[in-house]
Amino acid sequence: MNFRKYLLILIPYTWLLLLFLVPFIIVVKMSLSDTEMAIPPYYPYFTLSEGWQGIVNFFSELDFENYVFLAEDNLYWKAYLSSLKIALISTAFTLLIGYPIAYGMANAPPEWRPTLMMIIILPFWTSFLIRIYAWMGILSQEGFLNQFLLWTGIIDQPLTILNTNIAVYIGIVYTYLPFMILPIYASLEKLDISLLEAAKDLGCNRSQSFWLVTMPLSKAGVIAGCFLVFIPVLGEFVIPDLLGGADTLMIGTILWQEFFANRDWPVASAVAVVLLLLLMIPIILFQRSEQKQREAEQ
Amino acid sequence: MSETDKTTCFEPWNEVGKKPLIEFRGVSKKFGALTAIDNVSFNIYEREFFALLGPSGCGKTTLMRMLGGFETPSQGQIFIDGKDISTIPANQRSVNMMFQSYALFPHLTVADNIAFGLKRSDMPKSEIAGRVDEMIKLVQLGNLGGRKPHQISGGQRQRVALARSLAKAPKLLLLDEPLGALDKKLRQETQFELVDIQEKLGTTFVIVTHDQEEAMTVSSRIGIMDQGKLIQIDTPDRIYEAPNSVRVADFIGDVNLIEGNATTTADDKVIISWAEGQPTLTAQTTTNITDGAKVTFAIRPEKIAMTTDKPTDASNAIEGHIHDIAYLGNVSIYKVRLSSGHMIKAQAANTRRLSRRNYTWEDKVWLSWTDTAGIVLTK
Amino acid sequence: MKRFTWFNAVSLTLGFAFLYIPMLILIIFSFNSSKLVTVWAGFSTKWYVSLFSNDAFIDAAWVTLKVGFISSCAATVLGTMIAYIMVRGGRFFGRSLFSSMIYAPLVMPEVITGLSLLLLFISIGLDRGVFTIILAHTTFSMCYVSVVVSSRLASFDVSIEEAALDLGCTPFDAFKSVTLPIIAPAVISGWLLAFTLSLDDLVIASFASGPSSTTLPIKIYSSVRLGVSPEINALSTIMIAIVTFGVLTTSIISKRAIKRQRLEEEQAFKNG
Repeated sequence: MNFRKYLLILIPYTWLLLLFLVPFIIVVKMSLSDTEMAIPPYYPYFTLSEGWQGIVNFFSELDFENYVFLAEDNLYWKAYLSSLKIALISTAFTLLIGYPIAYGMANAPPEWRPTLMMIIILPFWTSFLIRIYAWMGILSQEGFLNQFLLWTGIIDQPLTILNTNIAVYIGIVYTYLPFMILPIYASLEKLDISLLEAAKDLGCNRSQSFWLVTMPLSKAGVIAGCFLVFIPVLGEFVIPDLLGGADTLMIGTILWQEFFANRDWPVASAVAVVLLLLLMIPIILFQRSEQKQREAEQ
Repeated sequence: MSETDKTTCFEPWNEVGKKPLIEFRGVSKKFGALTAIDNVSFNIYEREFFALLGPSGCGKTTLMRMLGGFETPSQGQIFIDGKDISTIPANQRSVNMMFQSYALFPHLTVADNIAFGLKRSDMPKSEIAGRVDEMIKLVQLGNLGGRKPHQISGGQRQRVALARSLAKAPKLLLLDEPLGALDKKLRQETQFELVDIQEKLGTTFVIVTHDQEEAMTVSSRIGIMDQGKLIQIDTPDRIYEAPNSVRVADFIGDVNLIEGNATTTADDKVIISWAEGQPTLTAQTTTNITDGAKVTFAIRPEKIAMTTDKPTDASNAIEGHIHDIAYLGNVSIYKVRLSSGHMIKAQAANTRRLSRRNYTWEDKVWLSWTDTAGIVLTK
Repeated sequence: MKRFTWFNAVSLTLGFAFLYIPMLILIIFSFNSSKLVTVWAGFSTKWYVSLFSNDAFIDAAWVTLKVGFISSCAATVLGTMIAYIMVRGGRFFGRSLFSSMIYAPLVMPEVITGLSLLLLFISIGLDRGVFTIILAHTTFSMCYVSVVVSSRLASFDVSIEEAALDLGCTPFDAFKSVTLPIIAPAVISGWLLAFTLSLDDLVIASFASGPSSTTLPIKIYSSVRLGVSPEINALSTIMIAIVTFGVLTTSIISKRAIKRQRLEEEQAFKNG
């Protein structure tokens, strides 16, 4: 029994160690190596053929040069800050748009809700790339949006939206909207309607009972939704790459360029390690708030 | 075996030298810092219907799960038929369990649920169908064999669970709150059916319940558990009439508890002085009580007679006023306030119609009882 | 108390319009006869014809399906194992490391996952191709499968498994004949999720793939970077149609099953 249990554990455990933990250690090691104009394009490489001395030499060659480089070159600073800014702003917009939708779903008659839910989830199943691509056709100079605005007469010159940060915001809000709506909807749906009736009974009008009862009780869903949008957006690559322009700086795209265009693997690895450290903060905060929520429910 | 046989002859726990079917020897179970079972030793005999009764969290379910093989004792041993079963896994024990949630396999039909254990036993395939039919008849499931669990009612599910756990003809059947999910009326009917089935098959049953009425109805003996300890094991009538402690007396049924100081007399009687200005109480006892010891006198409400005039022949009589009346249909409970502030409950059967009843609020009444009606407890 | 207000109706309508109009436009312009994706010039299906005669797309689609199928099957097996260990496994050495390795890929940016796997493949000298994409996809999608399956396992009455053991099953037999049939819907949705994630993935596949193995997202990405093209619209339309069909049928089937079960339960209740 015990032997079988350990065998059952061992298979996925080994898989994750080999394909998740080890690669990550390699990234950390790579970030401490030097760039070389060679194949492979870094130094030193780990080898056992030189015995113990070789291993000692290997470790003595590792240094924090790449991190110093990241700190000194303000391109990276700007990219990290700009990623944070874009993630924050787009999370706020997603919340502003997502909350009323979740609220509408929760207030809808119960027999509609599964259908509404499906309408929200359906785009999630369709290709992410295609959904971004759809906006390229809409936001371009001669795109659908500009044609529409010209036709209504609101503008007389086509607007430049594609390849700007605005397009990036639109793309992020569009793709991450379900991640915001679903947790908020889940917390609103749990809300006991008699609480609202009690608020009304005690003299609240509709908007008072919304701000005093509904909003505080959906806080957990709002927090979860914000983290679920903020965390992946911080490392986003496809959206800024396809919808953003020259002035769109995001760390995901920088990493991609360092790796594929510049073939600077050590710097790309250092960028990745710093990005992960940066991500630890929201992830830990998120875990804490989930923990608190679970404890409160018990 | 008929009902009379059972009550007159079936007392294996009193037979000298009788081998128990199950023996707990100094069993303890700890979950981390929590002690769920605290050094429990007792025996259960073949053909017994043994009830483990106690409030939730007292350890009764843990004790049963050890028999089933779902928990292992931290200390001590459990023997079935003289064999230590601590190391035998659940699937190799000749013990079956009926789960509180019934745990019916939702994807299998009633018949397949019942056949589930048989297919994993050494019973020849050709005999399985016959055995399933037999079990369906035993629990009166009629023609529901082809239904899925969600297509039958709660009471029927309970029967399927029972049939499934009995199908392999286990030496021992464990029932974890088997009737907890049924409504009161159905529960009472099913209790009697359970006793019938147990007598018909002669299988040893161990039932876990928090419902004292259920325990009293079905079992040959009851083990009362509290905080991981077995505090009394006895037949239902002895548990009720002769509890060994205040906790047992208080847990089973309704009881008046009066604390006082005992004075022993020569003829096995105890005089209890318990409140200023109140006459002392006289009670018979078989336990040894030291002079001047603190004791609790326990008396059931139905053992107390209530009269308007002071009875002349009663060994105990106290005066009070009716404070409250709870009309329960067949009986009424009267709460009588004494001049000392004590509240005593007395029960009277409503043999007459309500309008002709004698007593009402604030009436002065006398409560009286014989010296054998109550019991003197020292712990 | 009336709950559904005009405000709710308007926000739902606007929200759904925002979600669906871009896809509708995409679909409409896939039938445009003009090369320009933004100017309507009449109905035509010629982009579908040219898409199907484009071998590069067909090959990429084939690679994607192959990777998706194999990796989602492997991820389902491994993910179900993980879920079972996490929910039923009790304590074992290294459990907290194990659980963080399961949750980390869910929040890890794809660029980092891709980069780390690529560096691994290079350092052990594994040639990049279909096999490495399968390894990469299995690794991240098994974590998603485990989340889906463990939530089902956690809400599952443990005494049903105990009943199976009690009736003579070995632990493996109990899993096979009781647990698995009951959690099957979650396992299937886990598989579907893994399959979709694999079909959808661009970033990790870009790192893990070699020159010989181009998946559909990689192909779409490289042609989209050059600007919008009606062929991509046609391809998108096909993909949207397949997904919509799949999601609608499964939801209708499961809705019917739930309805039937509820009816039967009511019936059973009435019959006492």
